[in-house]
Amino acid sequence: MKNKILFLLILSVISGNIMAQDTTNIDSILSVKLDEVAIISKPLINYTKQNKPLSSIDEYLDKSMNVSLVRRGSYAWEPMLNNMSSERLQLTIDVMHIFGACTDKMDPITSYVDVSNLSDVKVSSGQEGASYGPTIGGAIDLIKKKHDYCHIGWLGSVNFGYESNSNLFTAATRVKYSNAKFFVDADFIFRDADNYKAGKRTLIPFSQFQKYNTSLSIGVKINNKNTLTGSFTFDNAVNIGYPALPMDVALARAYIASVQHSASYINSFIDEWTTRVYFNTITHIMDDTKRPIVPIHMDMPGWSTTSGLYSKINGAHKRQKMALTLNAYWNKSKAEMTMYPNDTSRKSMFMYTWPDVHTIYAGVNLANNFSWKPMHTIKYGASIGFHRNFVASEFGLNSMHIFYPTMSAGKNRIIVGFQTAYTFAKNNWEYSIAMAYGERAPSISEAYGFYLFNSFDAYDYIGNPYLKNEKSIELHTALAYKMKKIKWNFGLNYFHILDYIIGIPNTNYIAMTLNANGVKEYQALESVNIVSTECGMEYRPHPSVKTRVALSYNFGRDFNKQNMPLVRPFSFKAGLTYNIKGLEMEMNVEGASKQYAHSAFYGEKAKPAYAIVNFAAGYSIPIKAHQLHFRVGIENMADTYYSTYADWNNIPRKGRNFYLNISYTFDNRMME
Amino acid sequence: MYYLYYFLIQIKLPMKKIIFIAIAMCSIILISCKKETAQQPDELAGLTLLQKMANDTTEIEVYTRSGTLTVGYNDIFFRVKNKLNDEFVSNAVLDWMPIMHMTMMSHAAPKSPITKVAGKEFLYKGFIVFQMPGNDMEKWTLSIDVQTPSITTAVLDTFAVANSTQKRVTSFTGSDSKKYILALVSPENPAVATNDLTLGLFVKETSMSYPAVTDATILFDPRMPDMGNHTSPNNVQPIINTTDNLYHGKVSLSMTGYWKLNFIVKNASDVVLKGEEISPSVESSSLYLELEF
Repeated sequence: MKNKILFLLILSVISGNIMAQDTTNIDSILSVKLDEVAIISKPLINYTKQNKPLSSIDEYLDKSMNVSLVRRGSYAWEPMLNNMSSERLQLTIDVMHIFGACTDKMDPITSYVDVSNLSDVKVSSGQEGASYGPTIGGAIDLIKKKHDYCHIGWLGSVNFGYESNSNLFTAATRVKYSNAKFFVDADFIFRDADNYKAGKRTLIPFSQFQKYNTSLSIGVKINNKNTLTGSFTFDNAVNIGYPALPMDVALARAYIASVQHSASYINSFIDEWTTRVYFNTITHIMDDTKRPIVPIHMDMPGWSTTSGLYSKINGAHKRQKMALTLNAYWNKSKAEMTMYPNDTSRKSMFMYTWPDVHTIYAGVNLANNFSWKPMHTIKYGASIGFHRNFVASEFGLNSMHIFYPTMSAGKNRIIVGFQTAYTFAKNNWEYSIAMAYGERAPSISEAYGFYLFNSFDAYDYIGNPYLKNEKSIELHTALAYKMKKIKWNFGLNYFHILDYIIGIPNTNYIAMTLNANGVKEYQALESVNIVSTECGMEYRPHPSVKTRVALSYNFGRDFNKQNMPLVRPFSFKAGLTYNIKGLEMEMNVEGASKQYAHSAFYGEKAKPAYAIVNFAAGYSIPIKAHQLHFRVGIENMADTYYSTYADWNNIPRKGRNFYLNISYTFDNRMME
Repeated sequence: MYYLYYFLIQIKLPMKKIIFIAIAMCSIILISCKKETAQQPDELAGLTLLQKMANDTTEIEVYTRSGTLTVGYNDIFFRVKNKLNDEFVSNAVLDWMPIMHMTMMSHAAPKSPITKVAGKEFLYKGFIVFQMPGNDMEKWTLSIDVQTPSITTAVLDTFAVANSTQKRVTSFTGSDSKKYILALVSPENPAVATNDLTLGLFVKETSMSYPAVTDATILFDPRMPDMGNHTSPNNVQPIINTTDNLYHGKVSLSMTGYWKLNFIVKNASDVVLKGEEISPSVESSSLYLELEF
């Protein structure tokens, strides 16, 4: 019986993926749980319990209504939150700052970890995410597996996955040992995919990839209050096709390392104090040698190295809860472009596309939570940070001087933000309203990019070191109702963004890239309004049956009433889950209306409406104390040819796909 | 020194120590003095001897930065030595004439007057724009007239002029039927940056006289023919500087590689002498110079 409850709990959290918002998460922290079992204990490799085990992080995130992903191929999708992409978000891995090394956003940092490393993804909307660093749209933190010091002994699992479309083969394994004083946890995952077929059996060339990822964590419990954890991840992807782009990637490699000290119950005010130092380095090498028609061959490598410090104190006093966070990092980003003329007697053409820009950031965030009565909670917080960019390459600085003759190598900024929220909870109702102000510094590309070709609008982009901080005034409100059999929720996020950074055509400049439409220079738009709303319902007529519907409506316009690009049109997801005696089945439908408000002005092409149907079934067989779990499914059952608003250059998504997953788990405790 | 001694006395150091310190100070000063003599301003810093030319009374050392002469604009430096007393001359008046001895005819080249280099004791400077290289049959000679308080003489020698890999000089017949020479003076070492652009424009009066043209308008457009013939931003069109009679502007080179500098030259009454504007159908002007780095 207990197991059954656990199982239902697991399922309900999984379905949170589709529901996007649980009533417990009524404030703007929206959690996409990967590791539901972690809530109770960790006997299993938890991703095996997902709807589609071993699916990529991208696919997990894509199930959420809040997060959407810009797809440029099968691999390394770029997360968006509140219709804003990575430069307006804080994307972190276990609160560590990591910055992609690709000038064309081909390596969002979500591509440098895998589900085998992670337990959870924490999505914080708007200034809720300010504790991760300056942000406009919010924060997405990929939370690595957490460990508690229990006497568990050895446990582990082996997982295999196969998908018919793209011939994707996945293998993952994990081994963990833990006792009351010590743990060691190692995992490995390998993925290999050929080109996939879009609907109507349309082959999409250059959509293959191959990667592996391995990570190791070791923890020691020094005493009752102090623990020390070391963690290392290595991620290596090769031969990655980007069918929506003119180039592929030969290598994307990351080394991610950290050491963390945690102290708990320090005194009556401080519950926990966690400090982490970290280092990561990324190498990203683009490749055009496999394309049949290349007007001019070029090498475009990029490197990004970040060292950082994160320290957070959680405290409580009477009805107050407090969190003080310090975030500091030093990033070096450099990218080059070397073009080889068809006339081989000529010298190669070289430039820095990111001129070795160093970024130093140090900021503090204080958040406070005060409940003066059980039903009333008020939250408030503020952050301030120092941000400095510095162009370290003299070559790069000289080339920037072509556009900005008097610019200096360094630029300092102060970035502030504050937020306040009120939550009212009574009986089955919960209501919240929040207001906040946030700022961000321009990204490296926005401030220092040098002839970065964007295939979305076919313009060369030039960074602008004189950009002001982008500022955002935001308003959130949410209402939820929760009963035994029925739940529903409604949420609205409104952003009024001032000095919105976007590329504006500059007709004085002529494009460098062949066949480009022109040159855009990053400039500040007076203001942009972005609204995202969503509504979810869940109905459970019988303990083993659950239905869910989630709807989302968004719009974004600038002060000239021009539509903004990459704004989610009206979209929906609906699902039906049935489970009985170890067998679980799920059918769901997802789709979107025609992209009626696409941004032709910013180079966007409208996408038509679509709807697809997916089906999955899973069955677990206990073998003695071990467990064998099967999962099969069909995605896009009707083999629909479609692309969503977030598909770069309208690249179509996968057509019909059958998948099979087998996982085998062993756990010593079950043996005993 | 006296003050130092006085100061040391004041702080009542033992005499032995004062002597020791004094010796130490003197040796430091001596060492630094020695260094100074060694570091006397080098007349020839950055220059390489090209060749020595001489007659009975006078020897002239000819220097360039690279140690060679190439087709196009060349800065040339001299030192004049009086062979009779083996001393360099600081107050010579020099005039020169480069001549190309071709099989059928001979001609001179655009050149500047020779002037003393500011801040140098014995160094003189001028420039010559060689329109063509020399070879076994056709050689460049340089004759230099030397006038010093004691000597008046002329020195003559042949010089090798190598071809340059890029087109750094071009001669053309203008729409006014006159022959012109356009030469690139700088950038000598182009960089991915905004470079100083300096150009010389000369007109052929006779085959022995090529004075500078100072009233023309030179428009230029840098392009990369290997990369879709794109141009670069924020170039500054060159304008005449009447001190050196050269045209000065700025050229932005947004990447390394091969750049074609396309020109249009207009006369004082705004009539195009030579060159075409670049357009989708016109990839290159008939008047151009080249850079590759």
